[in-house]
Amino acid sequence: MIPLSWYLILAAVVMFIGLYGVLTRKNLIGALMGIELMLNSVNINLVAFWRYLHAGKPEMDGLVFVAMVFVVAAAETAVGLALIISAYRRRKSVDANDMDLLKG
Amino acid sequence: MAELLAPELLLWLIPALPFAAFVVIAIFTFRSRKLSHSIALVGAGFSFTASMLVILKALQVPELAKNPIASQIKWFPTGDSWFLLGVQIDPLTVVTLAFVAVTILMIFIYSVGYHNFGAPEGRNDIAGLPPKGAEVSHEGHTHRVPSVEPMYARFFALISLFAFAMYLLVVSDNLLGLYIGWEIMGLCSYLLIGFWYGRESARKAAIKAFITTRIGDVFMLLGLAALYALTGTLNYQQILSNQIVLNTLVTSASPIGGLSWAGLIGLLLFAGTIGKSAQFPLHVWLPDAMEGPTPVSAMIHAATMVSAGVYLVARFFPLISAGWTPGQPLTTPMLVMAAVGAFTAIFAATIAATQNDIKRVLAYSTISQLGYMVAALGIGAYSAAVFHLFTHAFFKALLFLGSGSVIHGMEHGAMHTGDEIDTQNMRNMGGLGKKMPLTFATFLAGGLALSGFPLITAGFWSKDAILSGAFTQSTIVFITLALAALLTAFYTARQITLVFLGNARSKAAGDAVESRPAMTIPLAILAVFAIAAGWIGIPKSFPLLGRMSSDWFAEFTGSMLSFKAVEGHSMIPLITSLTVALGGLLLGWLVYRRVKQAEAVDPMEKALGGGFRIIQKKYLVDEFYDLIFIRPSLWFADVFVAKWMDQVVIDGIINGIGRLGLFVGSALRNGFDAPVINGAADGIASGTRGAGGLLRKLQTGRVQQYLAGAVGGLVVLVIVLYSIFK
Repeated sequence: MIPLSWYLILAAVVMFIGLYGVLTRKNLIGALMGIELMLNSVNINLVAFWRYLHAGKPEMDGLVFVAMVFVVAAAETAVGLALIISAYRRRKSVDANDMDLLKG
Repeated sequence: MAELLAPELLLWLIPALPFAAFVVIAIFTFRSRKLSHSIALVGAGFSFTASMLVILKALQVPELAKNPIASQIKWFPTGDSWFLLGVQIDPLTVVTLAFVAVTILMIFIYSVGYHNFGAPEGRNDIAGLPPKGAEVSHEGHTHRVPSVEPMYARFFALISLFAFAMYLLVVSDNLLGLYIGWEIMGLCSYLLIGFWYGRESARKAAIKAFITTRIGDVFMLLGLAALYALTGTLNYQQILSNQIVLNTLVTSASPIGGLSWAGLIGLLLFAGTIGKSAQFPLHVWLPDAMEGPTPVSAMIHAATMVSAGVYLVARFFPLISAGWTPGQPLTTPMLVMAAVGAFTAIFAATIAATQNDIKRVLAYSTISQLGYMVAALGIGAYSAAVFHLFTHAFFKALLFLGSGSVIHGMEHGAMHTGDEIDTQNMRNMGGLGKKMPLTFATFLAGGLALSGFPLITAGFWSKDAILSGAFTQSTIVFITLALAALLTAFYTARQITLVFLGNARSKAAGDAVESRPAMTIPLAILAVFAIAAGWIGIPKSFPLLGRMSSDWFAEFTGSMLSFKAVEGHSMIPLITSLTVALGGLLLGWLVYRRVKQAEAVDPMEKALGGGFRIIQKKYLVDEFYDLIFIRPSLWFADVFVAKWMDQVVIDGIINGIGRLGLFVGSALRNGFDAPVINGAADGIASGTRGAGGLLRKLQTGRVQQYLAGAVGGLVVLVIVLYSIFK
């Protein structure tokens, strides 16, 4: 059986890849994809812990959490994409560096 | 109706009505001449009627001196008690009120004529100067006629106020009320002497009169204060009719060496009289007061203000003479009064004999006659003094109004002929008796009364009474007064001769006309009084006539005193009085009937030379005062007060304070305000701005950077928390 730490390391790697993507991608769609990666790394953690703590038992809470994260991620992606499209329509750009109206 | 005629109420109303007239004229009706003089005349007429009613009522009261008709109201609280303001009428008030009421009414009526009511307005007339006359065309040719006074209503307002003050002074039952009337008169005399304020001489005379009388007033106020402090009251009855109070005042010593309180207060009050009644050495203001219109001269110099001074000492005679009985040595105030009065009488009479201005002769004559009264009071001849006060008011008012009529006639002549001369100089007159018969006849009656023409005139009886009293009391005073009487007759004859007799010495005099009835009717009425007013005081001991007389006046006024006043009757004063009166008149006529030209040297000047000129210059008293008081005062004011004290000391202090303030201010500004307060405020502002400038760089607006920051912060937080809680 694959030890838990492998999953956790995988999740951490995915998490940091996602975070890197969020922080560095100039394309907002790329940044959004980075966020998806970070959410899914959490899902990996949740599933992994569920499997190790409750294997063969009737508790389904970890899976329910993951299902809810999917829903939230889908909704978030929908809103995020809508925002990006809207911004694109106004500015003809999806470059994160152009979105600096709040600059002081 | 009977209630309305109650003498107490009428007494209150006597002063009130002229005051109301003053207020109404001054505030409402001053634009209308007719309305203004009507109101003033109604006020004066009412006061006159009320005075007569009150006097008639008072004469029916037995022993009026002990039971005066009086009425009092509470005025202001003095500690636990009230100061009472009141009116009263006793024999002295009756006498004074009688002549005051008559002369004031006559003067009011006369003023209407004097100020040319009904005459056209002069084109060149300006307020503050006497009217210069108006051009009137009549049947093809124009000629100048007198014009109406530009400040007609103002005049009537002021003399109404004056009348109010005099009535208040007379009917008041206490010294404070008297003093108030006294001071209001001082103000009115200032305003009226300076009535034609466009003339510098009038302004100066007004200030002179005000300041000179003020010197006496200050002493009088001191006397008033001392009296109130000692007795706790200023009511006449409570002080003067109370032997215990009088005895206490006589026996207690005052702080001034050797004088009793009665003596000191008597002297202080007499100082007020010296100022008001123009006694030497404060007589200088009265001749200059002739700058005012003639009715004012009559008002001030006969009926009211100068009489007030004598009235004051007559009123306080029980205090002044306290401790004295006839035949004893005089009290100190009496001695001073006798000396000052007798000296003033002869001093002013000599000056009067040398003056050429018709009104100035009368002014000095008034000073002299007031000296008579004061001297008479000084030697204890109380009734005689009051009697002379009474008769003098009539004939001096008559003479002044007569002189005003003469001046008017002369001015008319001067305007008509275009003769530019001094219309008040008697040398320019002459022969006016034919032109102005009514004025002449009345002036003659007044002049004879003044000189004491025997038997028929009022002046004879009062003057004779004074001389008789003086003869029994003091030979020196008697001789001085007799000489003064001689001079009086002399200058009166001089005046009448120069003005009315002989031929006209100028074109104006040749063309003079009689004055209007508004002026001559009061003259005629006063002339009757000038003759007949003396008949009520014919002494019993007088040969022949005395048997018909009851000597009513002496008894009536004498009842004011607790002892019998000095009166003595013997042949020597009577003969003296006859001699000086007739001799003086004859001498004056003989000397002056030969003056033919206006430029002729005065016959007396020929005889006396330089001495005459010194007297004509009033013994240089004015020059003397100018030298020792006025110039040093002006020098002191200019050099010491203005140039040194004001500009150096006061200004220096003020400038020093200013500079100190500037110094402290700039020190505070540069040392505290600018660096500390401003610095702090600026520092806070620029610090905030700098911090904001720094912080705004964080606010990049880039989501990824914020997020990086958040991640970085999270990392730090994790490390910190881990290191704390591991």
